[in-house]
Amino acid sequence: MSLTSIAENPKPGSTIFSPELAARFDKLVTLYPRRRSALIPMLLYAQDEIGYVSDAAIAEIGQRLDITVLDVRNVLTYYSMLRTKPVGKYNVQVCTNISCMLRGGQEILAHCKDRLGIGHKETTPDGLFSLEEVECIGACSWAPAVQVNYDFHEELTPESMDALLDEYRSKASQ
Amino acid sequence: MPRLVSHPDEVKVVSRRFGRGATNIDRYIELDGYKAVRQAIEKGPEWIIAEMKASNLRGRGGAGFPTGMKWSFVPKQSEKPKYVLVNGDESEPGTCKDHLIFLHDPHAVIEGCIVAGLAVGAKTGFIYLRGEYRYLLTIMEKAIADAYAKGFLGKGIFGSNFDFEIISQTGAGAYEVGEESALMESLEGKRGIPRIRPPFPAVVGLYGGPTVINNAETIASVSHILNMGGEAYAKIGSNRNGGTRLFCISGHAERPGVYELPMGYNLKKMIYEVAGGVRGGRQLKAVVPGGSSTPVLLPSEIDIGMDFDQVGKAGSMLGSGGVVVLDETVCMVEFALRTIQFYQHESCGWCIPCREGTDWLKKTLTRFHAGGGEAKDIDHIQYLAENMLGRTFCPLGDAAAMPTIAFVKKFRQEFEDHLNGKPCPYAKQQELTLA
Repeated sequence: MSLTSIAENPKPGSTIFSPELAARFDKLVTLYPRRRSALIPMLLYAQDEIGYVSDAAIAEIGQRLDITVLDVRNVLTYYSMLRTKPVGKYNVQVCTNISCMLRGGQEILAHCKDRLGIGHKETTPDGLFSLEEVECIGACSWAPAVQVNYDFHEELTPESMDALLDEYRSKASQ
Repeated sequence: MPRLVSHPDEVKVVSRRFGRGATNIDRYIELDGYKAVRQAIEKGPEWIIAEMKASNLRGRGGAGFPTGMKWSFVPKQSEKPKYVLVNGDESEPGTCKDHLIFLHDPHAVIEGCIVAGLAVGAKTGFIYLRGEYRYLLTIMEKAIADAYAKGFLGKGIFGSNFDFEIISQTGAGAYEVGEESALMESLEGKRGIPRIRPPFPAVVGLYGGPTVINNAETIASVSHILNMGGEAYAKIGSNRNGGTRLFCISGHAERPGVYELPMGYNLKKMIYEVAGGVRGGRQLKAVVPGGSSTPVLLPSEIDIGMDFDQVGKAGSMLGSGGVVVLDETVCMVEFALRTIQFYQHESCGWCIPCREGTDWLKKTLTRFHAGGGEAKDIDHIQYLAENMLGRTFCPLGDAAAMPTIAFVKKFRQEFEDHLNGKPCPYAKQQELTLA
């Protein structure tokens, strides 16, 4: 995929997204005074559907907003929640910033590393879990806190963290 | 679900609907919701701004700028459309108040946003939440849809001649976007880097139009101010610091939580009475009074009123309301390192003093904490931080430098204890905190 060319974009009218998401994007670009304002929400929603922001997603979003692939990548690389590679089904994000650190956030992270057998930004071989050490997630008074995908879990201990991982494991096997 | 706390000293204004089902629009109306905005439509912009000025409400994002004055700076006539932008990109470590506002009282944000629009003559409002708050966006979007369905948003709101639209979205993970000009860049679909000012957003903001940008807590306070009257609201607080504030107590407090207390409430009392003191009866070592960017206070410095002026006089800042309590087991070098790691990670890279400064501080503090420190490093850390101050487009550089300077000045001995390859002298005590 070339960085600057928009010639490789999909044919107008065709989409790589589900009909629901494509319809959502059609609406989203009309909401703002300028179409480009929809870029960040579109990247997030594309990531939610595909699991990451793929080259094809970048191309189509660029086309929908009438901006180049380079423009899209330029923005994409700035935001820490956006990724261009797949992660596990459950992305375990452990906060170790000051409030969480004081209540055992580092230990929760070490515990997750140990239990999952993976490090920061790694994925288990079965593709079930990824692990990430993240900056403050806004749950400081309920520390230590973890986000699994978009779900918050507060006031964790190594024991309750184990239970949480088990919960997700059994959710996946259902 | 974040745990709610309460204490008899609390004055519940912004938090009065927390835990009472107010995400439901009918319940919100039952609890005095959408009264203030009707009154605002009737009485007009000058009345709104006069009440806001009388309230002495100061921006809850951290800077503490008087809200009424901010609104009055927006020009009455403008060729370009005007906008209201609600900053819910809550990212300052130690701060989790807007989290609760969006979770429990989304309509208060909508109502405040409409009132701000009426005051400045804007027809569009944006509510921008941080990317991690996706579940709160779902709540917010539902609330907005319900408000449209009732005719509270859209054309001719509340049967008047006014139109008002609200669009909400999240970011995608970036502390810097909480800074007002970077926030506008992000909302325009760009990298969140700051803009040079002047011109200020009130004159040239979003899409080049005059823009009012307020923190979510500030906006959520607006309807309460109009309902009780600006003067009555001002009286709850201290001199020139009107009303209440959501204080997010975290760290080694016995009862951490978000407490709503009058502006000017004593910090020592807040820690020892409201939050139940230091966990396990340990000794207090330090307090970060207003989020990670605010200079640390020693136990001898906390007998102060928590308002913008009094904390400023004590050499720190009220900031975003994040009160972080540190007990005797904390290694201050490690704490300084974790703080600077954050700012290094979040520096957008636009200004060299911030980009390079945070990187050098992180490298030096990492080596230092690992036992590779040299005596001259201590002064170098302080010198480096002092030279970042005031030399960047946005306050992120200052936010990294200010706490660092305070850590070195107030805890120099702890830095010296790490010299000569000695392992961290506090490591053993830290293990105790986990027991």
